[in-house]
Amino acid sequence: MTLHGSPTPDFTRFTCPAALRDRPQIVMGHGGGGALSRDLIEHVFLPAFGNPVLERLGDSSVLDVPGLLAGGGRLAFSTDSYVVRPLVFPGGSIGDLAVHGTVNDLAMSGAQPLYLSAGFILEEGLPITELVGIVNRMAAATRAAGVDIVTGDTKVVERGHGDGVYINTAGIGVVPPGIDLGPHQIRPGDALLVSGTLGDHGMAIMSVRESLEFEAAIASDTAPLHGLVARMLTACPEIRLLRDPTRGGVATSLNEIADLAKLGLEIDEQAIPVTPVVANACEILGLDPLQVANEGKLLAVVPAEAAEAVLAAMRAHAYGRESTILGRVVADHPRLVVVRTAIGGTRVVPMPIGEQLPRIC
Amino acid sequence: MKHLAEYRDADTARRLAAEIGRIVTRPWAIMEVCGGQTHSIIRNGIDQLLPPEVEMIHGPGCPVCVTPLETIDRALAIARRPETILCSFGDMLRVPGSREDLFAVKAAGGDIRVVYSPLDAVKLARATPNREVVFLAIGFETTAPANAMAVKLAAREGLKNFSLLVSHVLVPPAIRAIMLSPGNRVAAFLAAGHVCSVMGTWQYPPLAREFRVPIVVTGFEPLDLLEGIRRTVVQLEAGRHELENAYPRVVNERGNEAAQQVIAEVFAPVDRAWRGIGVIPESGWRLAEAYADFDAEQRFDLAGITAVESPLCKSGEVLKGGLKPNQCPAFGKECTPRTPLGATMVSSEGACAAYYNAGRM
Repeated sequence: MTLHGSPTPDFTRFTCPAALRDRPQIVMGHGGGGALSRDLIEHVFLPAFGNPVLERLGDSSVLDVPGLLAGGGRLAFSTDSYVVRPLVFPGGSIGDLAVHGTVNDLAMSGAQPLYLSAGFILEEGLPITELVGIVNRMAAATRAAGVDIVTGDTKVVERGHGDGVYINTAGIGVVPPGIDLGPHQIRPGDALLVSGTLGDHGMAIMSVRESLEFEAAIASDTAPLHGLVARMLTACPEIRLLRDPTRGGVATSLNEIADLAKLGLEIDEQAIPVTPVVANACEILGLDPLQVANEGKLLAVVPAEAAEAVLAAMRAHAYGRESTILGRVVADHPRLVVVRTAIGGTRVVPMPIGEQLPRIC
Repeated sequence: MKHLAEYRDADTARRLAAEIGRIVTRPWAIMEVCGGQTHSIIRNGIDQLLPPEVEMIHGPGCPVCVTPLETIDRALAIARRPETILCSFGDMLRVPGSREDLFAVKAAGGDIRVVYSPLDAVKLARATPNREVVFLAIGFETTAPANAMAVKLAAREGLKNFSLLVSHVLVPPAIRAIMLSPGNRVAAFLAAGHVCSVMGTWQYPPLAREFRVPIVVTGFEPLDLLEGIRRTVVQLEAGRHELENAYPRVVNERGNEAAQQVIAEVFAPVDRAWRGIGVIPESGWRLAEAYADFDAEQRFDLAGITAVESPLCKSGEVLKGGLKPNQCPAFGKECTPRTPLGATMVSSEGACAAYYNAGRM
């Protein structure tokens, strides 16, 4: 037996859901800090995330970082909040995003992610079964990523004041000695790498949210990238900088990189990896794949002479099989990102303003 | 991408550009009427491949850009009413009205939905019988058939809560107005392929004869545009002024007669104000008398709403080809995509936005 139909039976994490039976939906009281809150913790969160640190149920958790800090490692700390409609979508759920997003934020500093916090803002009326489904996916994501959720919080907002579930996660990790990523390391001539196809997550969300049907289903690319990053850093500890191009897409990340490094970036239009179905969907809607969100891809700036070695390491990893060289860092046009078009022209990639708007025709 | 890659081939593009360079002997100003073509020219860097003698002037063919301020203000007034749902194509949301845009009204509680087809708005009206659903029906001849079908469908179903705020505009009267405008420099036109796929090409030979101006029906991919430009230059150099169809895989002389029939039934010609340009006689469509019940202007009594445009915005000059976007004194200063003074800076098809986003400062 499993909790409310979780996809993979896991007897070690089973507790009796009876206490939740008379409340099939989230009510305001679940956020009140009293017995109902306790019910949620005992019957939803602990069974999913349970570990010795979390089970102490303290206001915060003191963590043993085994020996790493003493050896010259540094602590990385990050937080992000997750709001997405629908809560479950092809390829993932808000729970996957909440784990992968913070894990990836840590990984982009070269850190090995260790511990996460999870804050839930639940809307009155949310079916408990839906929450359990999301939490179970989230738990599976933490196990796959090798991180623990060690502290958490729950609030409930009135019906109509939230989209079912909002999740905030914060995470800490340890940056190994000798690793120092950042824009200050970037030099003209460095190579710009990308770990796979662009725009899958954003178009997956858009296709279900707007009930658009393309010739094949588009699945989100949501994935934890710290394993890929570890392989890359082994191949080349001198990697200059890593970024995960989430909201705002690669266009946003590239503009941030160019701006912080005070250098130019040049990318080749023909090198931009996009699956045919995403390319077609973007074409139909008048969207630019460079501006569409990713949740399982990274951009890397690496010394030119190490580019092939890093690329080989990336392609050997499950989340980097379609890695490719996207372009290069140049001394010309500082702070501008320029695309060399397929037919030999150039154009600047602007920093996207807000959300992308489908064009009229 | 299948069926597209063949029209984006870099070698053929360079060959066509070189061919244009060989045949041109003196300066020519050629206007692409359609905003989609402007977007493609800038995005692919096509103008950078052309010889200096060939100057592309970006015409008034972005429907978002030429929708009059008054119509935007009327849409805003409709959207502010508690009983209405305003449906619009995405890129209209950021177009500034006199004081605010649709995004601002949405944030203040207005119910504004982005739709991909007017039929989605009909569906919404069917599903929400106690709300007034208004579709902001803008666009050239290309979007008119679907808008007309939406009205016919609503009429057939007897939907009482569906209406259109119509601001349709037409290409041939705009060509006439440009040729008649004082100081006109346009020597030839690329006619918009999508418009001609609906309307056919039969409207254009009289214009070509009357104004002794070559008109070449042109598609949207790099090779389509280069071929259209090449044929235009061949005509100009030979002193010919004919209609030519360089987009035969989509366009024929008669066009889509079923679509033209629906348009003729639902719409009637009207003098229409073009933003930044002024009133052009018989240059638009309004709802025909038989469908006046579906006219949002009558339903919501909007005649009192009038508007005055920013004196700083020279979008009218830009749309007529008198100014390049980056020659406007406000370009990149008071007027940017974040703070647009005119619609040409808003839509990704607008000439000013195309210049700004591609870094043509």
